Amino acid sequence: MSKNRAILYEHFSDIEQQRETSTAGIWVFIGSEIMFFGALILAFSVYRFSYAREFAEGAAELNLLLGGINTAILFTSGLTMSLAATANRMGWKGSTLILLLTTALLGVVFLGIKVFEYHEDWTKRLFPGPGFNWTDSDSPQVQLFFVLYFIMTGIHALHLIVGVGVVVVIAWLALRDRIHAGHFMPLDVAGLYWHFVDLVWVFLFALLYLMGGTR
Amino acid sequence: MALPVQNYVVIDQGEPPSYLKEYTLRSWLLTTDHKRIGLLYLFTIIVFFAIAAAAAAIMRLNLLTPRGDLVQAETYNKLFTTHGVLMVWFFLIPSTPSVLGNFLLPLMLGARDLAFPKLNLLSWYIFILGGAIVLYALLIGGVDTGWTFYTPYSSTYSNSHVALMAAGVFINGFSSILTGLNFIVTTHKLRAPGMTWFRLRLFVWSMYATSLILVLATPVLAMTLTLMALERIWHVGVFDPALGGDPLLFQHLFWFYSHPAVYIMILPGMGVVSELICGFSKKRVFGYTFVAFASMAIALLGFLVWGHHMFVSSQSVFAGMVFSFLSFAVAVPSAIKVFNWTATLYRGSISLDTPMLYAIGFIGLFTAGGMTGLFLATLGIDVHVHDTYFVIAHFHYIMVGGMVMAFMGGLHFWWPKISGRMYPEFLGKMTAIVTFIGFNLTFFPQFILGYLGMPRRYHAYPEQFQVYNVLSTAGASILGLGYLLPLCYFIWSCRYGKRAGNNPWGAKGFEWETASPPPVHNFERPPVQTEEVYNYPPPSHEAML
Repeated sequence: MSKNRAILYEHFSDIEQQRETSTAGIWVFIGSEIMFFGALILAFSVYRFSYAREFAEGAAELNLLLGGINTAILFTSGLTMSLAATANRMGWKGSTLILLLTTALLGVVFLGIKVFEYHEDWTKRLFPGPGFNWTDSDSPQVQLFFVLYFIMTGIHALHLIVGVGVVVVIAWLALRDRIHAGHFMPLDVAGLYWHFVDLVWVFLFALLYLMGGTR
Repeated sequence: MALPVQNYVVIDQGEPPSYLKEYTLRSWLLTTDHKRIGLLYLFTIIVFFAIAAAAAAIMRLNLLTPRGDLVQAETYNKLFTTHGVLMVWFFLIPSTPSVLGNFLLPLMLGARDLAFPKLNLLSWYIFILGGAIVLYALLIGGVDTGWTFYTPYSSTYSNSHVALMAAGVFINGFSSILTGLNFIVTTHKLRAPGMTWFRLRLFVWSMYATSLILVLATPVLAMTLTLMALERIWHVGVFDPALGGDPLLFQHLFWFYSHPAVYIMILPGMGVVSELICGFSKKRVFGYTFVAFASMAIALLGFLVWGHHMFVSSQSVFAGMVFSFLSFAVAVPSAIKVFNWTATLYRGSISLDTPMLYAIGFIGLFTAGGMTGLFLATLGIDVHVHDTYFVIAHFHYIMVGGMVMAFMGGLHFWWPKISGRMYPEFLGKMTAIVTFIGFNLTFFPQFILGYLGMPRRYHAYPEQFQVYNVLSTAGASILGLGYLLPLCYFIWSCRYGKRAGNNPWGAKGFEWETASPPPVHNFERPPVQTEEVYNYPPPSHEAML
């Protein structure tokens, strides 16, 4: 079997149809995901509109520096993911593998920094619940900010964990020559998912970190 | 050219095995064949339907007497929650899309399977998992919030298994999303040569519109239930006003899903009825493009009317007026469909077989349900009948009188294709009539009850309402018979029914050109659409006289 032969599943008539189907599938999935995050962003927007001052106070407690670093890391991972897709299509197996692993590694670093941030919030007693400590009278509203902050970043982190898993699996398949220049769709589809997760972070960073006041 | 011509002989020499050939459990549980997955869904939703119907039966029995002697108020709350959750998410939403849609969509498009067959099987397993969690929640005590899970009652005060139930519904949502995704991509990419968008069957159009709603609305429900469950488990405010939240936000998010969900339930029914009307009038549908675009218009407008569930919440009067207007606007594409179906009958060669009886029943009941929907979309009248039996009667006319009638009609129509056998026609006709009578006897009195002011969700009521409640319960038992009979004779027909042949109805479409039951890969050679859709020959003189 030639190394670059594409794999055609039997219910498709040709490889072009199969490729278009994969692309259409991931775009519809992303459309669904947008509505998933959309509901959260709507809830956040409603409360931010109602409690602008309290939300600004809450946002000021977040670590803008770490958030900024994480944004840069995720952007860079988007670049390596794109390059991995290109390298794969060019048939450069070594580069593909290195770029994929770099992408996964950057994702893990992002998650590590996120955990560090969560820990920081926890020690500052900003985690909502009985331990939440805010001296002012507007405590419930500020707590609401942190409820939404943890849910939104938490669900994003879940998506990123899935993404890292997918990229590692893709890298393993590429290592075993089951993804290559002739059979590139799985990598491209994973790439689209990865970029979507990046893009969600852009919105979350702007909403949660930037729209509050800075100290 | 008269009746559809077969391109090939299906008997003798190397006929490919039908999709039902293999009998092992493994061959069913690991199948990626869309036809088998459709049947897996059929068996599953029958179970959920039976449980939900039993809950309804106990409620109807309890309402025979004004004091509600059979069950206590709390049990009654759990019964209507069970009925609502199971009927909405585990019967109505998956009924036509996941059973008939799964079975028919690739056949109608001339494809060998759905775009993502493994994902299709996965969606059934997700459905089973969600259903198992919901059943477990019912067994350990049930939930008393109603299927709407309104906060803060659900998130703070209810002492029942709300979070578990929400988890089951949440998981089930992914099954809906995957099915919708599969249908959209299949319709875009797997159409046979010559199958242009305006040669698509109307059932396919309605499935496409339904799938858009499934994919775009379901995630919002998933997120809303997640927030509600987190508020309950974590005891922090999202929707609870005591903790800074806004309960109205829950209602907005919930109905942003749940109103479009109503169209998830009725659009597939409209698709089935379009097929039945054409198939039994032997005529192309009147105004094909209008009917097709009406489905898309309903899907779009359906996203813009959720506020009509909130007229008596603290939503502003201005918002109420906008939502009222938009709700009236939905009536336009719905009416286009009803008028076009009726116009299709004109000068058609109509045969009143069982599926056609269901279709005609659908048109009448859907019209009644739709017209009373306009009453409810009117701000002043809604204040009077809000949360009364008028609302119950209205949406049961759409959901049961519309959707279930259409589903039953569709099941009878395609049963010969699914099983290769005919059901007993006379019994079928009788059942369709029994269902129609039973349905009207059950739900028409509820319009009157609601208009007179009987509120929904109470296990007891003032004595003057008893007559109507007794009528309704009597009707429900007739309706129950109407659902039990098909179950019996469909099973009977699998063994003893007359062999159907490829096209027992003389209908147009790819699914009628292949064998009954179809071979594993649907078609022996890939079909090509060479003519317009529903290209029935003009009525002969014989039929005109």
